[in-house]
Amino acid sequence: MRKNWWKLLAIVLLVFTVVAGMLSEVPRLAILNETIRNLYFHVPMWFGMILILLISVVYSIKYLRNPTVKNDVIAYEAAKVGILFGVLGIVTGMEWAKFTWGEYWSNDPKQNASAIGLLIYFAYLVLRSSFSEQQQRARISAVYNIFAFAALIPLLFILPRLTDSLHPGNGGNPGFNTYDMDSSLRLVFYPAVLGWTLLGIWIINVKSRLEILRQRIYETV
Amino acid sequence: MLFKEILYLIQKDLVLEWRQKYALNGMLLYVGSVVFVCYLSFGMRSNLLVAPVWNALLWIILLFTSVNAIAKSFMQENRGRLLYFYSIVSPQGIILAKIIYNTLLMLLLAIICFLFYGFVLGNPVADIPMFLLSLLLGAIGFSTSLTMISSIASKAANSSTLMAVLSFPVIVPMLLMLIRMSKNAMDGLDRSLSLDELLTLLAINMIVVTVSYILFPYLWRS
Repeated sequence: MRKNWWKLLAIVLLVFTVVAGMLSEVPRLAILNETIRNLYFHVPMWFGMILILLISVVYSIKYLRNPTVKNDVIAYEAAKVGILFGVLGIVTGMEWAKFTWGEYWSNDPKQNASAIGLLIYFAYLVLRSSFSEQQQRARISAVYNIFAFAALIPLLFILPRLTDSLHPGNGGNPGFNTYDMDSSLRLVFYPAVLGWTLLGIWIINVKSRLEILRQRIYETV
Repeated sequence: MLFKEILYLIQKDLVLEWRQKYALNGMLLYVGSVVFVCYLSFGMRSNLLVAPVWNALLWIILLFTSVNAIAKSFMQENRGRLLYFYSIVSPQGIILAKIIYNTLLMLLLAIICFLFYGFVLGNPVADIPMFLLSLLLGAIGFSTSLTMISSIASKAANSSTLMAVLSFPVIVPMLLMLIRMSKNAMDGLDRSLSLDELLTLLAINMIVVTVSYILFPYLWRS
């Protein structure tokens, strides 16, 4: 039980996020109105995706320094969970965009960047599946993972800042910048980020343990 | 030591390319045919080819040319020769030499492509030196990221498909910057307006070269 405190924390935080996110008082802003509550579900997906992909990259680096099955499996599972978060982020974002911008897809730089980012990680999955030999697959996909992450950083952080985005806080849209992000929003937003990320880590934990066990069974049979 | 190795490897690649001219001639013919196909598809209705389309089409041609040209930089080497290199030079030397060599190759192809394209489809560029600078940055950018990708893809089973799949998402940010920068040059806007794009491109190139330099030894070992 003592080792599992963070799982309890994840449950508590997510219950808090859903309940408080739906019921709490939110500031009234033009255009956004009640959809501002998506801040608790859409934005944490991206924070969670970046953090989880960072975990994947860290384990890829660890694999190159110390090639063990465990490092490889964790890097792979983390990349898959990162993709899941990315897809959820895009879906929640599109649903939200339909109500605020009028279109599911409006050629916004951040939307495009996230779509390209997902393509990179789909390519990672394709690359992995094209090797039959386990060690070679692990090493080469670790190299691509690090390379892709380095290419993803300018995509996600630099390019959207060079052009105007429709996203709140950019290009004169009402947003939740440092000065107008209401303290009641932060009260739910930070727990939401932590909660969703912990949930992602939990999924990685379960899936990679399962995968390692499965590989051990194959070895003994 | 590393510097001498790089020079020597570039010289080797140049000599090899010169001796087996079919590869280079093939690339030149490829560029020529693609431009001509574009001319035929647009030629009758040249009013369709407005400046943004002209620019985007040129960069798409360059993108596919570079993917094809650089894909062979590792696939073409046979096993015995790779083993021989493995025993005498450092992996860092090889990747840097390949990047520089591919940059030269791409620069040549890009300039020929630009000349032919401009000749066939008209040349609306107002600020030629700036446009050539964007071609240079494009050649450097494409060769840095594609060289590493081609070395990854060459290890896998069906490498030519994989090359395209792996490289396109990685290269898109660079391509967007290049298209914007060359559009500025086409319209003859003030050069200081392109400074943002220029610096971003240089920064992306730095990141990619550094990462390739660090990661290539791990690929090379297999």
